Amino acid sequence: MRDFYGTTLANGFMLGTAQYPSPAILAEAFRRSGASVATVSLRRESGQDRAGQDFWNLIRDLGVHILPNTAGCHSVKEAVTTAHMAREVFDTPWIKLEVIGEEDTLQPDVFGLVEAARILTEDGFQVFPYTTEDLVVADRLLDAGCEVLMPWGSPIGSGLGLNNIFGLRALRAHFPDVPLVIDAGLGLPSQATTAMELGYDAILLNTAVAKAGDPAAMAEAFALALKAGKLAQSADPMEPRDMAAPSTPVIGKAFLE
Amino acid sequence: MRLQLNGTSVDAEVATLADLLTARGYGEAKVATAVNGTFVPAPLRADHALAEGDSIEVLAPMQGG
Repeated sequence: MRDFYGTTLANGFMLGTAQYPSPAILAEAFRRSGASVATVSLRRESGQDRAGQDFWNLIRDLGVHILPNTAGCHSVKEAVTTAHMAREVFDTPWIKLEVIGEEDTLQPDVFGLVEAARILTEDGFQVFPYTTEDLVVADRLLDAGCEVLMPWGSPIGSGLGLNNIFGLRALRAHFPDVPLVIDAGLGLPSQATTAMELGYDAILLNTAVAKAGDPAAMAEAFALALKAGKLAQSADPMEPRDMAAPSTPVIGKAFLE
Repeated sequence: MRLQLNGTSVDAEVATLADLLTARGYGEAKVATAVNGTFVPAPLRADHALAEGDSIEVLAPMQGG
């Protein structure tokens, strides 16, 4: 597996921590997923209830790598400031950089993304950019100092899966040495399998697990799917063809007409 | 002094950002701070003087995807 800024992950499962029915179910989902990375965020904290402190204790006990995000940021300044605040709170140079450009699709503002990535990289961050499958944008992000790319599968929370397999395959082919993560849009484990079969290094998802009727079971299903896809990819899949090719040998077949 | 704390108007007779956090019950909580949209690292809070009308954000770990 390609490493992520020098860190080798036990597996390519990155799991979000939002929208679970309860903290206990969140913890159980992580246990059954075996996920190696948890994504987290920052929100306003009240001095009275201090809800964030309990959440932090829960996440710390999961024993996984922490990947803070800049979710909800719509400008470069907002994303950069949020990243700095996240680095202090979570004590990690990793940042999942989101600069949202469009409200209906939550599509990244790729222009702002590149600018923010450059600023943060120069400031010592290790940026995980939430981007599209656009090859030119990918190139710009690498020029800006990113060593990981995270193209969307489809819009965040949509569960539509991999909307542009051709584009994702092209991205993999163009950047064979860059760790690639499918971030957002996965709804079913079979889609995670496909992502891994395409040669992607990891998947990042949240809603598909958290909003399942049984989040812990779905988390395990994704883990199995990811493992199957990874194994299949390493097993050098056959080339598809348009016409049939008999799998049973024809030589030696009885003449029975 | 009138301040905006996490989007809510508050009255606080404090001199610095560190004073404000203490006065509002944050204590040793794991939080990050910004004043008027600019990040203020924890070691600088005690020296960061607040002024009338300042807007302070106090953020903590939260669920995220």
